[in-house]
Amino acid sequence: MASGIKDKVAILGMGCSRFGERWDCGGEELMVEAFTEAIADAGVDVSEIDAAWFSTHFEDINVGKGGLPLSISLRLPNIAVTRVENFCASGSEAFRGAVYAVASGACDIALAVGVEKLKDTGYGGLPAGGGGTLNPQWAANGSAPGNFAQLASAYRAKHGVDRDDLKRAIGHISVKSHANGAKNPKAHLRKEITEEQVLNAPMIAEPLGLFDCCGVSDGAAAAIVTTPEIAKRLGKSNIVSVKALQLALSNGSEAGHNSWDGSYFHTTRIAAGKAYKEAGIDKPRDQVSMFECHDCFSITELVTMEDLQLSPEGGAIKDVMDGFYDADGQIPCQIDGGLKCFGHPIGASGIRMLYEMYLQLQGRAGERQLSNPSIGMTHNLGGSPMSNVAAVCIIGAYD
Amino acid sequence: MVGITSFGAYVPRLRLQRKAIVEAHVWADPGLAGKARGERSMCNWDEDSVTMGVEAARACLNSREAAPGGIYFASTSAPFADRQNAGIVAGALGLPEDIASVDITASQKAGTGALLQAVGAVSGGLYEEALVVASDKRRTKAASPGELAYGDGAAAMTIGSTNTLVDFVAAHSATVDFIDHFRGSGEDFDYSWEERWIRDEGLAKIVPPVIARALEKAGLQASDVQHFVMASTIGRAVEGIARHSGISGDAVRDNLAGVMGEAGTAQPLIMLLHALETSVRPGDNILLVSFGQGCDALVLRATERLADFASACGVVNTLANRQEETNYQKFLAFNNLITLEKGMRAEKDDFKTALTVTYRKRDMLTGLIGGKCTQCGTLQFPRADICVNPQCRAQDTQEPHPFREEKASVLTWSADYLTYTADPPSHYGMITFANGGRFMTDFTDVNVGDIDVGMDVRMVFRIKSIDSLRGFVRYFWKAVVVRPD
Repeated sequence: MASGIKDKVAILGMGCSRFGERWDCGGEELMVEAFTEAIADAGVDVSEIDAAWFSTHFEDINVGKGGLPLSISLRLPNIAVTRVENFCASGSEAFRGAVYAVASGACDIALAVGVEKLKDTGYGGLPAGGGGTLNPQWAANGSAPGNFAQLASAYRAKHGVDRDDLKRAIGHISVKSHANGAKNPKAHLRKEITEEQVLNAPMIAEPLGLFDCCGVSDGAAAAIVTTPEIAKRLGKSNIVSVKALQLALSNGSEAGHNSWDGSYFHTTRIAAGKAYKEAGIDKPRDQVSMFECHDCFSITELVTMEDLQLSPEGGAIKDVMDGFYDADGQIPCQIDGGLKCFGHPIGASGIRMLYEMYLQLQGRAGERQLSNPSIGMTHNLGGSPMSNVAAVCIIGAYD
Repeated sequence: MVGITSFGAYVPRLRLQRKAIVEAHVWADPGLAGKARGERSMCNWDEDSVTMGVEAARACLNSREAAPGGIYFASTSAPFADRQNAGIVAGALGLPEDIASVDITASQKAGTGALLQAVGAVSGGLYEEALVVASDKRRTKAASPGELAYGDGAAAMTIGSTNTLVDFVAAHSATVDFIDHFRGSGEDFDYSWEERWIRDEGLAKIVPPVIARALEKAGLQASDVQHFVMASTIGRAVEGIARHSGISGDAVRDNLAGVMGEAGTAQPLIMLLHALETSVRPGDNILLVSFGQGCDALVLRATERLADFASACGVVNTLANRQEETNYQKFLAFNNLITLEKGMRAEKDDFKTALTVTYRKRDMLTGLIGGKCTQCGTLQFPRADICVNPQCRAQDTQEPHPFREEKASVLTWSADYLTYTADPPSHYGMITFANGGRFMTDFTDVNVGDIDVGMDVRMVFRIKSIDSLRGFVRYFWKAVVVRPD
């Protein structure tokens, strides 16, 4: 039985670029922006980094393939750089690579950087996906909002939810995230919105309106990890360590076998179950202090609250409307504004989520600071409800 | 006797109101004002002569096991000038690959030409049975007479020598290079000559002798013809030929101009099937005539079996499945007749199709054939080496299983305004097959508000996307909501 990742790796430093429509710079400059903050936070020299993991999703509109864009942009000292790509969970994947490298003892200090430059496409929304030589010959003509909107139809059918009730609940999710994001200087969208605005916004993919969709932004985030022992040796206090790091991938059963009802994320449930076990959490609703959810769309966040076992099945609407996930609720969700306000530069998002949890755990979140959080969780999801990559990461105070 | 053993028809659901066309053009041509009557059938953006032909042939074959020995596909609007269009139809029908296939084209009498070839092949013992499919979706210039007169549609029939509904009695043909209209290779539109000349110098002089000779071969008098089936967009021309040939005016059959327009090479066959469904009685003599750089005249006789035959979907049914379209702009857009801003997202369709993959996966992509695990019985799409059932995972156990006719219903759906489609919003979702299997698919022939979870759907063969840079049409299957009759 594997002993798991709990407390084997500490976060030495993190950085996050300003997210937004960064007409002023490309992916290369965004990486430097995030890394400059992270290396200063870590208090080490670039020469002390043993290896790096680098996440991006798109190739043709971003910085290209391979590990070279990171190595060249940061002028890394000829170390190993591995590019990882795992849909929208790519950032979590880069973090996992760095964390596993340290945990294995192969590296003392490892770097994870994620970046995506989305606003060089010439149009709004995520670029249309490719997907090999066979898929485009038969796969449905979908977009990200349309794929995730499918959840709403199945969730309503399963739980007998009226369309307007669901629309109001997912609307509240966006209102809450905008309220949080308004306080975050690094967020892209920094205006509070009203429920009325959400409900009256143009339709993107039934039932998701404009404000049910996350922004489309450029951004980068970075993490430098090491062992708790080295962190202490470097004089760090208030150390944040990795408690769990789990990925679960679809194997085609949701998409091809009639056992899945379409209303939830099969993979998130598996990844969350394993992560809680790895972290030693048995009552997540009571033990998780805060979390960052992969709120690419409001409906994703709603069903994920149940998949993460924070809300009972069929109970997320009530929790949302009760303010359970608001900044002053029991488990604040998207306290930084989430994908909703940061947008979703794909390769960066997983690390961006960890950045906020890390700041909160260290008491450095400024105006957004929650009182005494001990466990922060990130949920980073890529793909579509029927076929996806779910990453769940839990970090907390190192005892 | 050799004759028609089964048939089916397909007319697209959309019916463009001629009033909408006339209103758009009457400013320039006041003479159009009198033509604002009735409706013409109009393909959805994802339909063409191949997809319509597939639907008509599905209705004709009606899920039966036995396959014809050859397929004849007649059209002057086939999507490919050099790729066997009949072969695409055969693949979509799931016909075995050891059959013959022929495309017949380049004349408005290609439909009857295909029928004659099939009759000849079966009579001569080349095949026991042949499938004839005629289908047309002719593009027309905006404000052209054809835009008002034409329609889109397809007919299919099997030709065999046992259990015939209609027997072939005799035929006669003429080949005359009378150019009433033409469309040069690579040209988009027809170029037509004056109707009066076509009527008086063409139809009136070329057709009657062929009719006379065909009736003579059949040993019939003109007065023996109970049903005269001939298509023409020229007013009263067919009535004139009947009169000139001694055929009763009562025998002239409905050309369906008011309800669908003229569907090119398919029209004589659609009219024939319509007559078989509505007015032909056992023993009746039918004269089927078509005109196009010559003339074909076929004499047919209905058998007793016709009285008991009901097509899975004939002309009457397909005409009844209609939705009025009053937006002429949509017709222009679907037929690529205006330069439309489609947005950058539309550029994604212009990718190169990996033909190696298209071939390797041809049963999946064209035939909608998935797998059935012989170990656990799970149906699945697509077929894979390892069973999708998490409790099974057996390897190399799947036999091909067609999903075309499997009952299915909607599990999830959305109407997407972001992604590119020629007919926004794009409706798609997960459908589940009642006997097992599922996949995410596009919905077509759908209006906003039509779809909900649990609704029954059926699969139809449609255009998936078009690579306009290389002129390649990609086909796949989509779901349509089953509407109560």
